[in-house]
Amino acid sequence: MKMIYLRNVVTLRLDADKCIGCGLCREVCPHGVFALSEGRSRITDRDACMECGACARNCPVDALWVQNGVGCAVGILNSALGRKSGCCGEKQACCCG
Amino acid sequence: MRDRKDSEQTVATAGGRRWVVGEIETAAGRVPRVATCLTWRDRMGAMAMRWGIGRDRYKVAPGLYAVGNPTGESPLLASANYKLSFDVLREAMDGLDAWLLVLDTKGINVWCAAGKGTFGTEELIQRLVVTEASRVAGGAPLVLPQLGAPGIAAHEVRRRTGLRVVYGPVRASDLPAYLRHGMRAAPAMRQVQFTLRDRLAVVPVEVVQRLIPCLLVMLSLFLAAGLGRHGYHLAMAQWPGIALAVWVNFLAGIALTPALLPWLPGRSFALKGAGMGVMTGAALWLFRRYGLAEGLGVGLLSMASCSFLGLMFTGCTPYTSASGVRREIRWAIPLQIAAAAVGLVLWVLTRWR
Repeated sequence: MKMIYLRNVVTLRLDADKCIGCGLCREVCPHGVFALSEGRSRITDRDACMECGACARNCPVDALWVQNGVGCAVGILNSALGRKSGCCGEKQACCCG
Repeated sequence: MRDRKDSEQTVATAGGRRWVVGEIETAAGRVPRVATCLTWRDRMGAMAMRWGIGRDRYKVAPGLYAVGNPTGESPLLASANYKLSFDVLREAMDGLDAWLLVLDTKGINVWCAAGKGTFGTEELIQRLVVTEASRVAGGAPLVLPQLGAPGIAAHEVRRRTGLRVVYGPVRASDLPAYLRHGMRAAPAMRQVQFTLRDRLAVVPVEVVQRLIPCLLVMLSLFLAAGLGRHGYHLAMAQWPGIALAVWVNFLAGIALTPALLPWLPGRSFALKGAGMGVMTGAALWLFRRYGLAEGLGVGLLSMASCSFLGLMFTGCTPYTSASGVRREIRWAIPLQIAAAAVGLVLWVLTRWR
């Protein structure tokens, strides 16, 4: 069963004019967000994006942008409270199994 | 350069590492060969990890390793130096020939390390240089784990090392099929799953990590139960009932919410958790036959605590975005605090009747 998180919240942006259709974004995306059509990449399942940043990092022409981060409430709360995250820190915790 | 490589490879073979089963002579010196069958010791180690025991030192020395009888044409597979990841990889490669390039990710798995950048372009290139891997395995492409992609720019590695770089499947268990099909991944191999088994795998660590806060909450409620219109007394007769209510919510929030995640209503984790809290609250109300005010109080406290635990579970999932979690935190935390406060007041006030 494919699970989808909140609607219309992710920061993923694709500049279709820059895209050269290499398809690497589609290859590295762990949630099938992209499809290729007419030699260009297209975002077909935006809400499935988890902002891991794999596509943007691997885009050879910088056509993709995303504010990447870890969707972890413990980490986000800790950094909001000015503490070093116990989650996903050097001492790996919850998600880092 | 030579010295560094030698010292690292000594680390890999020395110290009685039981998963090293020999060595291979190569153009760049001796490379340790690793076993592809896991022993009870490996499995016990994995079990201990699940319970959060000894997490800091479950590492493999970074460097180059071999499985089977690889040649210069055999694929070079990159991995993290978290021993669980390494074990899953070598077990998947049973019966195949390949080189394994273990990066120094400080003992953290590929995906988390890629997010942090330790499984990254610079570390990969440096590790390729230090191990002289391209002299050993220059003929076949460098296969990166797909989940390493947030940290590595494949085109940059290609440009700077001249190696052909490809992304392998998400799961190591799909590697044999991937290699057999000429390094082509079926669409399903490219997608992260979140099965019941995956969801429950993190439960033990969560229980261990949240146990102390849970006991503190229980202790505070024990003390709060002593308040009443006749002043304060230690109401020990109420403690078993309080302990039951806290345990029910703790275990439901940490284990049942993840187990029932796809079927709990809503997309938001705080909402899914609150739904679980409605169920535990209702069950406690029925079972303990509370009056109206106490029942509502316990219900609100259950909703607040399960909702909070649900929100905390976002970090254990492979599909929540940071933007989404931030949005959820903004509305959910104030509501959780309000529900807990009203619930607590109702619960304490029942002692003034």
